Amino acid sequence: MAERELKKKTTSQRTEDEVVDATAPSSSEKSEKLKAELDDLLDEIDEVLEDNAEEFVRNYVQKGGQ
Amino acid sequence: MAVAKVCGIETEYGITVHGVRDANPITASSILINAYINELHGNVGWDFVDETPGNDARGFARESFPPSEVESHLVNTVLTNGARYYVDHAHPEYSSPECISPREAVIYDKAGEEVLRTSMSAALRSMPLGQEIVVYKNNSDRKGNSYGCHENYLLDRALPFGKLVKFITPFFVTRQVMVGAGKVGTESPQVPRGQVPFQLSQRADFFEEEVGLETTLKRPIVNTRDEPHADASRYRRLHVILGDANMSEVSSYLKVGTTAIVLSMIEDGFMDDLDLSLSDPVSSLRQVSYDLSLKRQLRLKSGKRMTALEIQRAVFERAEAYRDSHGLGSLGPEGDGESVLTLWGKVLDALDTDPMQLSDTLDWVAKYRLVSGYRDRNGLDWDDSKLAAIDLQYHDIRPTKSLFYRLGVRTILGEEEVKAAVTQPPANTRAYFRGKCLERFGDYIAAANWDSMIFDLGSDPLRRVPMMDPLKGTRDHVGKLFDESANPAQLLDSLGS
Repeated sequence: MAERELKKKTTSQRTEDEVVDATAPSSSEKSEKLKAELDDLLDEIDEVLEDNAEEFVRNYVQKGGQ
Repeated sequence: MAVAKVCGIETEYGITVHGVRDANPITASSILINAYINELHGNVGWDFVDETPGNDARGFARESFPPSEVESHLVNTVLTNGARYYVDHAHPEYSSPECISPREAVIYDKAGEEVLRTSMSAALRSMPLGQEIVVYKNNSDRKGNSYGCHENYLLDRALPFGKLVKFITPFFVTRQVMVGAGKVGTESPQVPRGQVPFQLSQRADFFEEEVGLETTLKRPIVNTRDEPHADASRYRRLHVILGDANMSEVSSYLKVGTTAIVLSMIEDGFMDDLDLSLSDPVSSLRQVSYDLSLKRQLRLKSGKRMTALEIQRAVFERAEAYRDSHGLGSLGPEGDGESVLTLWGKVLDALDTDPMQLSDTLDWVAKYRLVSGYRDRNGLDWDDSKLAAIDLQYHDIRPTKSLFYRLGVRTILGEEEVKAAVTQPPANTRAYFRGKCLERFGDYIAAANWDSMIFDLGSDPLRRVPMMDPLKGTRDHVGKLFDESANPAQLLDSLGS
């Protein structure tokens, strides 16, 4: 029981740290990093995208749901 | 005091069969779910496969996709983590088990993605080369057809519904500035296509009413479905149909967490003097979704004008006062209330100064940055189908294809806890009892539902165990009984049913 409680605490503590971290104020360092990551993805995105974008989008038809 | 905000997330996934034209989505969904069941159980001890002979994976040996006749027996199953996994309205749907906190609800929603991924891999192995069932965790096909991601929250029956509608509506209309999943273009029939290059929400285009019972037509901002799946004299279940399916854990956590706080405040009468009622909630919903500047003012019934962010800020400040006077214990025992509140404040600050700071945090911002980056680089128009394809593929959950997972958006959950949640139920709600019954005595369960389990022990009549309180049947309540019961008869005897 004691062990479980200890574990719980660690978990929620971590959440809070990461939550704060997740919204850390913008620094020029951070914007640079984000830009570099995006550039990398943009470089490779054509290889990942479905072959024929037009056909993919046209054929994606769903029946309505809730 | 507000009742515990037991909560859960239901996700209807979009489904296609690559390599097959006009595949029947109901059949595809059934095959997908059956593939998962087979993967888990083989053919031992689970009669499900024999009950749906038409859905045998061998159907795929044919050249064409199986015809629609096999849909006569829809797949509907309950998993050992307490979730329901079934075919609903031509979509595979994963409904998470009842969770004690927003963070737990996000864990079980992410576990649902794992279930769908495993289902896709299992189905792929039985399909002809070049065919693949693929699901998308989004809410529209970009052609006017929408499917939902619903949230559920436990409420006190004593709260008058009219009061709930009045105070929750302005919050619902404006929360999309934080938790929208983003969409390229618009599907609203009243709006010219070119007028909205990108919007905050997947779903805003599809809402036509303020309040109502519908979920598939004339969708209302507040859904009145009164089906508590619990003791109706004490509880209500608020069925929220407005939200987007989130890929980002932070977006999802904020969506459930902030809503749980606001519902708690309304229950405790803490919003009674904070009337932010909008003149026209339905058109405001679209206005907010279409306004990437986040600066456009909405008209309130009082005559005042406020931006979506100002409305969120007013509710947030009230929530801080609520924390000080009442505490946020209704969001579970693990301190979620405090961390949701911290996150809410910081996200509002960042949206106020520069939303793009959140491009590694929130869904709509991450998607907007990706789509607009690609557009700038290639000099495309907003209606280019490449951009629409990026929008769809953001929601692909396969690791090799998902653009969301390639973006490296920040996470708050651990891999291990999500993995555990694929098979293990939450410990602090009745989902524990449901999940453990299935894990331990699955062969003897004739039917499982949100609020009951029905046992078939062979000789006796069926025995039903009611579970009318979502907060009973937890590990603390029944964990020991499971440990001590070698068979289902012993379990039922010790439960006294």
